[in-house]
Amino acid sequence: MIWNETKECMSREEMRNLQSARLVKLVDYVYHNVEFYRKKMQAIGLMPGDIKSIDDITKLPFTTKDDLRDNYPFGLFAVPNSEIVRIHASSGTTGKATVVGYTRYDLNIWSECVARCLSMAGVTKDDIIQIAYGYGLFTGGLGAHGGAEKIGATVVPMSTGNSKKLTTMMVDFGATAIACTPSYLLHISEVLENEGLMDKIKLKAAICGAEPWTEKMRNEIEQRLNIKAYDIYGLSEVMGPGVACDCEFHKGLHVCEDYFYPEILDTKTLQPVADGEVGELAFTTLNKEGIPLIRYRTKDLTSIDRTPCECGRTSARISRFKGRVDDMLIIRGVNVFPSQIEAALVDVEEVTPHYMMIVDRVNNLDTLEVQVEVNPKYYTDEVRAIEALSKKIGHVIQQALGISAKIKIVEPQTLVRSEGKAVHVIDKRKLY
Amino acid sequence: MFAKQLTVFIENRLGRLSEVLNVLKENNVNILSLSLADTTEFGLLRLIVDDAQKGKEKLTENGFSSLLSDVTVIKIPHKVGSLQELLKAVDESGVNVEYMYGLSIEAEEAYVVLKASDGAKLDAILVKYGIQTVTSEDLKSL
Repeated sequence: MIWNETKECMSREEMRNLQSARLVKLVDYVYHNVEFYRKKMQAIGLMPGDIKSIDDITKLPFTTKDDLRDNYPFGLFAVPNSEIVRIHASSGTTGKATVVGYTRYDLNIWSECVARCLSMAGVTKDDIIQIAYGYGLFTGGLGAHGGAEKIGATVVPMSTGNSKKLTTMMVDFGATAIACTPSYLLHISEVLENEGLMDKIKLKAAICGAEPWTEKMRNEIEQRLNIKAYDIYGLSEVMGPGVACDCEFHKGLHVCEDYFYPEILDTKTLQPVADGEVGELAFTTLNKEGIPLIRYRTKDLTSIDRTPCECGRTSARISRFKGRVDDMLIIRGVNVFPSQIEAALVDVEEVTPHYMMIVDRVNNLDTLEVQVEVNPKYYTDEVRAIEALSKKIGHVIQQALGISAKIKIVEPQTLVRSEGKAVHVIDKRKLY
Repeated sequence: MFAKQLTVFIENRLGRLSEVLNVLKENNVNILSLSLADTTEFGLLRLIVDDAQKGKEKLTENGFSSLLSDVTVIKIPHKVGSLQELLKAVDESGVNVEYMYGLSIEAEEAYVVLKASDGAKLDAILVKYGIQTVTSEDLKSL
């Protein structure tokens, strides 16, 4: 089912005209409302009037996650706080979170985007959908929630953390759809198997996102649960889940292009690459009010296909992600940067600043082990002292990352020293 | 009086204990007693050796982290109940036993290694009861 045929199926020419008109308006808007962009444009001698169509987008400067950090918390907002009705936040590369704000209008377009995505997955007002993304600062829960309500589905706001309650309600309520991370859904399928509930569920579709996953995982989810699984993509800086989603043909994720203009950039030159070629994905939010971003570099690697899809939609499709430009990891749906661990460990004087992260997936749940070395000044002959230290580090890391980690204290001089490009991460999951 | 104990932090992986012991062997450091405290992740190998300082130096040279700490080595009669008698005195001093292990057993005497939460306090009570302790110097000839 197509939620908004006018927008999702318009001709490429109409789409370009719409994007052009919106970009011209956007540039004028940020120039007059966001000092950061005004200064950036002035620095390169660019005036709003210089942007006449979507083709001129390459004249505009980029925006990065660091720009959001440097302007923490509200520096990039284009409206006063009286117009902001919601705040969300995600991990920054170091201690500071990346904060975004939404006006009422922004929340409406967000719900519109999610509604389109859920419709691609066949969700209608007749469905009962469990939202099992975290509710809170993370955009997953409330983002998916808004779209599901817009469709008129019966929304069960499960959030995360209680698989038993989720499976019980899935059976008792006769839930027909679920939105959660793909790894969590695999875990849920195990719980269902173990509890002997698999033949009692009415689930038809899953809308999975917030972390990269493979075609193999999709097949596994579909077979084990006997459902259809769809890939939803988004990032809080741009909006949250709903920026793009794949349809039943699974030939890339349809971008809500009337709201988010995608560009694929050469990773070295940052010049646009041809359709089909892999590069870094960047988005320009064409009519967001709260925190409009121009050419925001996502660091995700993908390619784009602008040919019409068999489903009837004409929107551009981005391929499954091929990796990251930076070292960001997504662990249990949470963005994690190794630099966050580095920053957290500096405050623990009992350990050296060297560390190694080992990420794995056990029983379909992500695990994180952080290996640290004890500072020679703090050697001890007591087991209790070492265990207390590992507990303390565990707490510090939990505070920094928002997820728990297993701490392993290793022998001195065994961790790689960060000279040049030290490897700080071993990711045993095969996600790309 | 205290004696020096050599503690080595070792990860739980195959052959690691043997590597530590090999360093001591190669350098002719004699082990008088040991205790291995193990957890799922790591072990603490506590050693009483004839030359703790040399042991530490050689281990450091070979990339092992070690620590010298003060423990009390106590001489007690080798007979039923004497350890319990000793602990009565220890309890009286109000110090906690962090850990303890045996050192050597002879016909008439036995030695135990004890790490107390407050070594000086323990020492005072042992002196009061005339219980003999052994120093690192004594250990060399033991």
